[in-house]
Amino acid sequence: MSAEPQTDTVDMMLNMGPQHPATHGVFRMVLSIDGERIMGVRPHIGYLHRGSEKLSEHESYGQVITLFDRLDYVSNLNNELVFVRAAEELMGVEAPERAQYIRTILCELNRVASHLLFIGTYALDVGAMTPVMYTFRERERVQNLFEHVTGARMMHNYFRIGGLKEDVPGDFAERVLSVVRRLRAGVEETDRLLTFNEVYLARTRGVGVINAEDAISCGLTGPCLRGSGVAYDVRKAYPYEVYERLEFDVPVGEFGDCWDRYWVRLRECYESLRMVEQALEQTPEGPVMAPGRRIARPPKGEVYAHAENPRGDIGVFLVSDGTDKPYRVKVRPPSFCNLVGLERMMEGAYVADAVAILGSLDIVLGEVDR
Amino acid sequence: MIEARDVLYIGAGLFALFNGLMVVTLSLVWLERKFLGRLQGRVGPTRVGPFGLLQAVADALKLLMKEDVSPGPAARVIFYAAPLLVFVPGFIVWLTIPFAQDMAVRNLELGIFFFIAFSVLSIVGLVLAGWSSASKYAVLGGFRSAAQLVSYEIPIIMTLLTVVIVAGTMNIAEVVEAQASVPYVALLPLAAVVFLLAGIAEVGRTPFDIYFAESEVVGGPFVEYSGAHWAVFFLAEYVSTFVIAALTALLFLGGWRWPFGADLPPAAGVALVLAKTYAVVLAIFWLRATYPRLRIDQLMSLGWKALIPLSFAAVIIAAAQRFYGWPTWSLTALSVIVLAVPAILQVRLQRRPAMERARRYARRAMAERAR
Repeated sequence: MSAEPQTDTVDMMLNMGPQHPATHGVFRMVLSIDGERIMGVRPHIGYLHRGSEKLSEHESYGQVITLFDRLDYVSNLNNELVFVRAAEELMGVEAPERAQYIRTILCELNRVASHLLFIGTYALDVGAMTPVMYTFRERERVQNLFEHVTGARMMHNYFRIGGLKEDVPGDFAERVLSVVRRLRAGVEETDRLLTFNEVYLARTRGVGVINAEDAISCGLTGPCLRGSGVAYDVRKAYPYEVYERLEFDVPVGEFGDCWDRYWVRLRECYESLRMVEQALEQTPEGPVMAPGRRIARPPKGEVYAHAENPRGDIGVFLVSDGTDKPYRVKVRPPSFCNLVGLERMMEGAYVADAVAILGSLDIVLGEVDR
Repeated sequence: MIEARDVLYIGAGLFALFNGLMVVTLSLVWLERKFLGRLQGRVGPTRVGPFGLLQAVADALKLLMKEDVSPGPAARVIFYAAPLLVFVPGFIVWLTIPFAQDMAVRNLELGIFFFIAFSVLSIVGLVLAGWSSASKYAVLGGFRSAAQLVSYEIPIIMTLLTVVIVAGTMNIAEVVEAQASVPYVALLPLAAVVFLLAGIAEVGRTPFDIYFAESEVVGGPFVEYSGAHWAVFFLAEYVSTFVIAALTALLFLGGWRWPFGADLPPAAGVALVLAKTYAVVLAIFWLRATYPRLRIDQLMSLGWKALIPLSFAAVIIAAAQRFYGWPTWSLTALSVIVLAVPAILQVRLQRRPAMERARRYARRAMAERAR
């Protein structure tokens, strides 16, 4: 028996989300907290479940693309690409070179837009209100370009199995170049304001640390994995489209804390802009659609295709039974897999860190819940 | 002996003060939105009135017309009393803050003491607001506010004490008179910096907006408030910000005395004080546009490990200078030396490692490309 007076305390249960400004959608965490310390976290997902995978089984291949637009709704084109590539592989079709270049350019611009959104909202999560204005202003340039090219600001439905819906407008190259130039200046502006900001460093360095081993065993991919120092990038490891012909670095962190994950995404913006410039120079003239039947009807079989989404390694497992509708579409959503690391990162964190850590994972609930 | 005339005079003064502060608050809201907008590449409000000047009025009217709801399990009486408990202390200290020579409602001999005594009280209101809301976020915010405000009260008191030691009076008007030749910010830079930082923490503005952090505790103690009661909190925040700015202007920037001396007409004196106060307010807004929010433990360690020791150092420096009769410039010299220590430490411990880390990553990426 201890002589000390025993105080009977219980951890407070704090429900964060699904309607909380910092959960980026409808994610829900149940934190058990002792004062400001987090003792445990239980994530709850499913608030945005729309049954996309099941729905895909009732749509023709061309229509499934629209469902993929709505998975990760801030990097639509990257999602379209992975499905389109899976279907192409199944059918043994290859998109013409011009289409591949344009797809790469648009995907990289989409990556920058997505990372800009991350930087802005992440700064907002840790309490800085200015970067979000800068990044949204820059992101708007990309959105405007997409609107010009695809006709839609977000749900583009522009990629097709075997190419593109149509060729890009005539002023595409010059518009892309001017957007790239401005984006670079805009990213730099945010970079100068935020990256080495004293309070920002205090809030993100050493917070939400996950080492390389844990990151791999949790199945993290994308910037979350590279933040821990693992230089795994699908664009380098399993090059697709025209990435083999482009020169780019894969930025990696070291400690796997929130700052490293932020830094990786920031550098990726610069790398993506570099890639866009190179790809634009190499883009050949030619058709943008492979010759073939208008209705895709892949032969019986199955295929797994994956690509580097802004959030990580997005994979599609596609099973065809020989009809014009897929038999099964299984998505490996990077946001969902990255969430696995959440619990490990939250060990010993403060309530304020919970927001910073969740933000640094950069999840999109449309993709987590599908 | 208090006479009827005095009561009437104070009543009229308070009435004028209250209305003046309402106008000031509206102007601050407008100024903050415009200024932040400009800093962020936006234009701020433009629609209501010329330059959006009436936007704040429209917002205030909207808030007053909103339905005032309270959570079912809230402790109703405390819930509705808490906004006043926050607002009144912030307002009452204006009683003794002079805008020019003899232009205070009541120029108290112990003015600074009066300010200290009343400004502490707003903690009670915040904690009660958090507790009575019957919401976990509010409770968490209430706890945070208690921890934050109690910790930062000490450096404020100590830095004010420094001023009192140097000026030899607690009367704010006399402190201003003492700065005729040189403002105290030049003599006591350490105290001025600590006072402004602690003051910003005291009113909970970024980077110390921890107890109502929007992205964490969703408004903290204010989360359940709406309509007019929320407006009172809002008002209190701006009035308190203005108090801190005004005290900085009066106690450290020379008020109406510096740099034009004594032969300034009272109206010009008021204008000078207001100009200085608004300049400080703008600096506070600027900080808001630049910095993220600290974490509660970082806030506490900043308070207890940096600001409190620094404020004690300021007091000791001032006391030693008075006691041993050192020349006045030694105050400045010692303050700057003491102030340099945390600045250097911050760069060494925080900024430089991060820079080095980033450079290391960049080098590695380059090496990988070369391979």
